[in-house]
Amino acid sequence: MSTVTMLTQLGKGMISTAEIFSLTLLFSLPLGLLVSFGRMSRNRLLQAVTRFYITIMRGTPLMLQLLVVYFAPYYLFGLNLRGYRFPAIILAFSINYAAYFAEIYRGGIASMAVGQYEAAQVLGYSRLQTFFKIILPQVMKRILPSITNETITLVKDTSLAFVLAQAEMFTMAKQIAAKDTSMMPLMAAGVFYYIFNFVVAFAMERIEKAMDYYR
Amino acid sequence: MDTEILLEMNHIRKSFDGLSVIRDISLSVRKGEVLSIIGPSGSGKSTLLRCATLLEKMDGGELIYLGEKAAWEEDGKCVYAGKNKLKELRGNFGLVFQNFNLFPHYSVIKNIMDAPVCTAGAPKKEAKEKALKLLADLGLSDKADAYPYQLSGGQQQRVSIARALALSPKILFFDEPTSALDPELTGEVLKVISALAAEHMTMIIVTHEMQFARELSDRIIFMEQGVIQAQGTPEEIFEAQNERVREFIGKFQ
Repeated sequence: MSTVTMLTQLGKGMISTAEIFSLTLLFSLPLGLLVSFGRMSRNRLLQAVTRFYITIMRGTPLMLQLLVVYFAPYYLFGLNLRGYRFPAIILAFSINYAAYFAEIYRGGIASMAVGQYEAAQVLGYSRLQTFFKIILPQVMKRILPSITNETITLVKDTSLAFVLAQAEMFTMAKQIAAKDTSMMPLMAAGVFYYIFNFVVAFAMERIEKAMDYYR
Repeated sequence: MDTEILLEMNHIRKSFDGLSVIRDISLSVRKGEVLSIIGPSGSGKSTLLRCATLLEKMDGGELIYLGEKAAWEEDGKCVYAGKNKLKELRGNFGLVFQNFNLFPHYSVIKNIMDAPVCTAGAPKKEAKEKALKLLADLGLSDKADAYPYQLSGGQQQRVSIARALALSPKILFFDEPTSALDPELTGEVLKVISALAAEHMTMIIVTHEMQFARELSDRIIFMEQGVIQAQGTPEEIFEAQNERVREFIGKFQ
């Protein structure tokens, strides 16, 4: 296989990788916030359930979670879902990353000074206003470095989708490498991941800078 | 003299983990009155202020704003009014914190005008005009677009006073407003409070600034161990016969 063909193939895989990456972020960031609410809830049951959920997501391999999410409908309920592969991948990634994000949100929210809540209360802000106008913007600024870390890990974790034979970049690289008995495709994939993360880190840095207008 | 009672606190009790911090305190504040609360650390002054401003739940007693009950006692338990009622009653007062608690992500002008717009439904233009006027009154016109971290402690505290005033409160509470400031900056904040007193703003001030309390207050309460040990006009307090009051005030002179 020529280098150009190989790079084209990897480029196609890259699109799939980028899809997994962006959809996972899109779903897991808000979901993580919801989970952190559950984790901090005064309702004991909700608290216990979310805590259990987080331990499972963090305590078992993401690769295993991918397999379970993909095969569970068939093995447990005998459902033969067509076109379920990609949604299964997004679902598994999203619920996994939501657990990590939830803990990051929780830490950020807990680190806020109680005086901010009290000032908001005295000024008549509702609980919702207090959270979304006063607390969350400050929390986002504080947790951004941790979010960046997770985001960079996610870029690399997308390669785990190969267990479900999703044609993302890592799967493509592995196939071409086996067919051509060459290491080049794997090296090229490495370079692609590196560039992807370079861009991600650059973007996150810009966002951090944009939030630098206050301390 | 207007004698309308704005705030009434009757038989307030509060304890933390079984430790009594406020034991049966009653007081009332009339319109235009400046009341200072002094006393040693841990005497319950700030807790009393936090009970009055609904930041702390009382264990017992009555809290009444302009004749309307915010909290009362039923079967030995303290019951609070409903959420909407409390929101309405909160509109009667403002609170200035010891460490300002400005919103760091909002500019000075936004800190001041956001609450009137978002919680009191004031038109944006009006709120902005009012905020600018308050800033001018407090000598902070050039800081409207600054962020809190760019200001000195004294400036931050003046902004937080402006923020409280923007909602046109009938009573303004101060919780040790100068305790986080160095002496140089204390003066500029005290000057603002004095100016408010001259305009007959009703104020309740928890403070360690004895001279200030003496000059400004209509009435002073001396608290110790959760009770009012003495109260009266500044003259009565500062020339008090009460041994504890004399001892306490003596430490500041």
